[in-house]
Amino acid sequence: MGDVLVFAEHQAGHFSKATLVAVNAGIELAKKRGGGKCIAVIAGENLDGPAGELARYGMSKVIALDDPKLAHYLADLYAQALSALAKSLGAEYVLATATAMGKDLMPRVAARMGAPMASEIVSIGGDGTLVRPLYAGNALATVEMDGPIKVVSVRATAFDSAKPGDSAAPVEKAKPELDPAGLKMQFVSFNEIKSDRPQLTEARIVVSGGRGLKSGENFKTVLEPLVDEMGAAMGASRAAVDAGFVPNDLQVGQTGKVVAPELYVAVGISGAIQHLAGMKDSKTIVAINKDEEAPIFNVADYGLVADLFKAVPEMVEALKKVKHS
Amino acid sequence: MKILVPVKRVPDPATTIRILPDGSGIATDNIKWVINPFDEIALEEALRIKEKQGGGDVALLSVGQQAWQEQLRTGLAMGADRAILVRADQPLDTLAIARVMAKIVGDEKPELVIIGKQAIDDDSNQVGQMLAEMLGWPQATFASKVEIAGTKCTVVREVDGGVETLAFELPAVITADLRLNEPRYASLPGIMKARKKELKEIPVDSLGLDLAPKLKIKALAAPAKRQAGRKVGSVEELVGVLHSEAKVI
Ligand SMILES: Cc1cc2nc3c(=O)[nH]c(=O)nc-3n(C[C@H](O)[C@H](O)[C@H](O)COP(=O)(O)OP(=O)(O)OC[C@H]3O[C@@H](n4cnc5c(N)ncnc54)[C@H](O)[C@@H]3O)c2cc1C
Ligand SMILES: Nc1ncnc2c1ncn2[C@@H]1O[C@H](COP(=O)(O)O)[C@@H](O)[C@H]1O
Repeated sequence: MGDVLVFAEHQAGHFSKATLVAVNAGIELAKKRGGGKCIAVIAGENLDGPAGELARYGMSKVIALDDPKLAHYLADLYAQALSALAKSLGAEYVLATATAMGKDLMPRVAARMGAPMASEIVSIGGDGTLVRPLYAGNALATVEMDGPIKVVSVRATAFDSAKPGDSAAPVEKAKPELDPAGLKMQFVSFNEIKSDRPQLTEARIVVSGGRGLKSGENFKTVLEPLVDEMGAAMGASRAAVDAGFVPNDLQVGQTGKVVAPELYVAVGISGAIQHLAGMKDSKTIVAINKDEEAPIFNVADYGLVADLFKAVPEMVEALKKVKHS
Repeated sequence: MKILVPVKRVPDPATTIRILPDGSGIATDNIKWVINPFDEIALEEALRIKEKQGGGDVALLSVGQQAWQEQLRTGLAMGADRAILVRADQPLDTLAIARVMAKIVGDEKPELVIIGKQAIDDDSNQVGQMLAEMLGWPQATFASKVEIAGTKCTVVREVDGGVETLAFELPAVITADLRLNEPRYASLPGIMKARKKELKEIPVDSLGLDLAPKLKIKALAAPAKRQAGRKVGSVEELVGVLHSEAKVI
């Protein structure tokens, strides 16, 4: 009893910090549920390399669902493969990180198994209860699930990621159970938004811009020099994304990405609760806003009331000086 | 085309949530209730598809209490043709809600369900995906663009690192993201017309489904409050404290 099956998402054989968070949370959950095993599963094609890589992260086994049909992620197909595996293993939990893929896939897995699901948990209680935020993070709910099998997604910022060790877990290849009649979705294309900057959810520093930037052009000429001077990832408020200043995958908030970097700099962002939901667990928060009443100042460790078009270029210069001193 | 749009009643997103002292729930006095914002976007998309096709049937579906009629009437005023309220007074989990919806879909036989990606109260982001699986239908979550040609549907989805395009045959479930459209407001004539539109009630018990919740909320607590820090006087001071005090640069 108490085995945890972790779905380990990978990008072309590479495991992000977010995936390794699921592995760590899976190991913790298995421990707290009476010492069950934590088993990781990866799906795709030509998995020998990535499966071996994953095996160093402390779980008791890695299962590779290797099949050309799984080369591209599709919700219906992956839900079939994952739920069939969970059932055959008799796992008590199926767990993944709440990335875009995790959010898309895991409820489908839960429904296929008739299992309940807790989304975006932020902690695991000793008694098998889980804690998850509701109402844009304004309430924390302690939830309990019944049934032989349960599905969980984990908020990436709430747990550490697993660390590689010296020993490697055994890797097992398994043939996925796929019902050809159940394959109804077709992958057409993926339009990647390329960036040389660190990933938003993995960066040590995040600099985000809001409607106060006024245009996409200003994001480029005013904000980006600061982002790059700090070696940061760039984020944005919903208002900035909706206005088309920056791509959608930069949105931080309740319905965007949740980040918790060491330093979060909010520039021209008012601080609506939906935005705070995505960044208020950052270690240090800086806000630059010309309105001294802006709610962002209620969560900022350091607030600067100023016109961003003056303050941001000044900050770039000041940072250069610090670097050279 | 027949399109079904689920609608949830939620606190207005601008509401400050207060948790009851005993942790049993939130204080519901002084809350303004609205249609879940993502469901408004889903409804707008359904209305646009109907308008483009020059006809069709857009039905709303809620699984909730009597008071939810208010939000259904708002949806009818926006332009939906009719509404179904499955009356359920007991707490239901996402699995049970999806099960009720799957039953109604089986009776109504829509070609498309457009649903919000996430309810802004429970923030689960589950029901659409669960419904798709229960029906054995394809799903396209987090949609920012929907194109329909005959029975073929193409959806652009917002995912990590970019946008993905999926194609499939209808029937299907699509979950709406923020960038899909800008919902319209109900017009005055729309509000007048809404009063006469059909709002059918179905008692949940009459559906004969197992709805016992498998996920239970034991207690709610307020998250630790973040202490407001201080204002700095200049950029120089800001960079100084980040360097020497916070030690982050
Ligand atoms: C269902 C739903 C989901 C949502 N999800 C999200 C989400 O995930 N993420 C998110 O961010 N929002 C989300 N929102 C939107 C949120 O409610 C706010 O509307 C949004 O965060 C506002 O963005 P903003 O702060 O950039 O814009 P505004 O609120 O317009 O603030 C702009 C700020 O810039 C300042 N400013 C203007 N000019 C200057 C200048 N020259 N110098 C300095 N400061 C200046 C102004 O003082 C102001 O405070 C959601 C809303 C809903 C209803
Ligand atoms: N009881 C309900 N009645 C109608 N729609 C609902 C209900 N519960 C959830 N939904 C819709 O399902 C979508 C996903 O909700 P959730 O999975 O709870 O985040 C949202 O757009 C909700 O509005």
